[in-house]
Amino acid sequence: MLSTKQKLGWAIVTVLVLIYALFPVLSILMTSFKSPADLSSGKFLPSQFVTDNYEQIFVGDAKDLFLPALWNSIGISLIATFIAVVLATLCAYAIARLDFPGKRIVLTTALMVSMFPVISIVTPLFNLWRQVGLYDTWLGLIIPYLSLTLPISIWTLAAFFQQIPWDLERAAQVDGASTWQAFRKVIVPLTAPGVFTTAIIAFFIAWNDFVYGIGLTSTSAARPVPAALAFFTGASQFEDPAGAISAAAIIVTIPVVLLVLAFQRQIVSGLTQGAVKG
Amino acid sequence: MSTTVDSSTRAPGTQAPKAKRQISDRVRAERKLGWLLAGPAFIIMLLVTLYPIVQALYDSLFSFRLTAPGDKEFVFLGNYATVFSDSLFWQNLGVTLLITVVTVLVELVLGLALALVMHSAIKATRGLLRTAILVPYGIITVVSAFAWFYAFDITTGYVNNWFDWVPGIGPDFNWFASQGPALTIIMASEIWKTTPFISLLLLSGLAQVPGELSEAARVDGASAWQRLTKVILPNMKAAIMVAVVFRALDAFRIFDNIFIMTQGQYGTEALSLLAYRTSIGRLEIGLGSAISVILFLCVMLIAFTAIKVFKVDLAGSGKGR
Repeated sequence: MLSTKQKLGWAIVTVLVLIYALFPVLSILMTSFKSPADLSSGKFLPSQFVTDNYEQIFVGDAKDLFLPALWNSIGISLIATFIAVVLATLCAYAIARLDFPGKRIVLTTALMVSMFPVISIVTPLFNLWRQVGLYDTWLGLIIPYLSLTLPISIWTLAAFFQQIPWDLERAAQVDGASTWQAFRKVIVPLTAPGVFTTAIIAFFIAWNDFVYGIGLTSTSAARPVPAALAFFTGASQFEDPAGAISAAAIIVTIPVVLLVLAFQRQIVSGLTQGAVKG
Repeated sequence: MSTTVDSSTRAPGTQAPKAKRQISDRVRAERKLGWLLAGPAFIIMLLVTLYPIVQALYDSLFSFRLTAPGDKEFVFLGNYATVFSDSLFWQNLGVTLLITVVTVLVELVLGLALALVMHSAIKATRGLLRTAILVPYGIITVVSAFAWFYAFDITTGYVNNWFDWVPGIGPDFNWFASQGPALTIIMASEIWKTTPFISLLLLSGLAQVPGELSEAARVDGASAWQRLTKVILPNMKAAIMVAVVFRALDAFRIFDNIFIMTQGQYGTEALSLLAYRTSIGRLEIGLGSAISVILFLCVMLIAFTAIKVFKVDLAGSGKGR
């Protein structure tokens, strides 16, 4: 059993880590509830909690900036995640289960791509997309997003798949299950957690993108939220956009917090398995 | 590759020629299926990176502005000469290197502390700690940038009020009007957001250090600090190196935080911003491409040095077991 002193020590350490992890989020949350006059109060807490900023981005002046961007972010990130996870599942299955020359080349390529400076991709694509009509479209972002989501998906899934007891599939077939039954009852339940975790990690990365977002879009047709936030200043009518930006920032942080709360264990194992094994 | 060799050398005398051909047929079918499944992902990865960098390499040899597309002219390495003779480039390279070195060092220390806390945390708080630490990891970098910016900004901030007892800080202190303070906040935001990732990498490295080692050292009378520096850290060197390389490469590409907080003004511009401002901002595709290529080469140089000189096995975990 822990002594009281040790318990107190852990309580202090836990509080310190919580402050570290959550203070900036709390800070922008407080800003989002300040009234325009309150923004320059120089205080952490709003003198009065008001929802003006949220009204502004959902029904007010900033609506036309924020709502299309939110829709773009959700759609583009989900599609890019889905394509990456499907392709990476096939690829990682081959790496984990089959013997073929070039296995290492595929993994090394994934590693190289994940190190690639995004800005070096954006410049040529900016030029090409304008010529082929992909500039400022969903597809024009989904394709480069694959350079962000595919490599990490392949690595994470390959690590997951290498730990799956695949022999169970044959065991099920020996016990009289059809191929389809063995797949559905054995393989899917075994692989689903890894695939799902990978999807969350890939989604975080797509959701986070900023460089492609500002480099390859020019209007609300495809501009995702992070890029739109940077444009709140110039395009909107009101003077200080801090309140509206903070409210929008909180809205796009909610899905992240929900996913983290629900799947903490899976995300941690997914992030650590894909990377280091000594 | 190795398995094919194995199967033919393992029992050469005992296999009939016919059986051998059957095996090689199966091997061939497996190879085909392997590439069929891995191929699409592989090709897409090449298309979205190899094509742009080759295009950038080509464009970088021309004097080419989108505003005057007719004046495209082959200048060979002229753009590179322009870049290298510009003091702004060297200044930006210096800022980029400074950010990389400082953030990686701070994150390593902070990440190790967090990893040790999570590793030895009692059950009651372990889940809570990991959940909390994942919040910065998942948050959008731009959101982090705004959070830090608004906290320190001269009009919307409160930090100046909280710390006005510190000499030099007062209600009129503008953090974003000079290089040192601005870079400090930019790096703080970067460190806050990416330390969780490094600490998770280190956590899995910690988990691989045999508990008996540390226990034996404790029995022999080693202090906690001695156990950390003499037993635990040397045994997780591989994990530390991988974490450092991944983060260094990431930090070298820093863009979002600077763009949001200062747009690169007051001597805070990093190479990524210079490339962006030149190509997409000023539409000087030739010059911008040259900077992009240089940035790419820098990243490759860091990765190559890490792998060859420091023998970091970045691809180690992907090997079959």
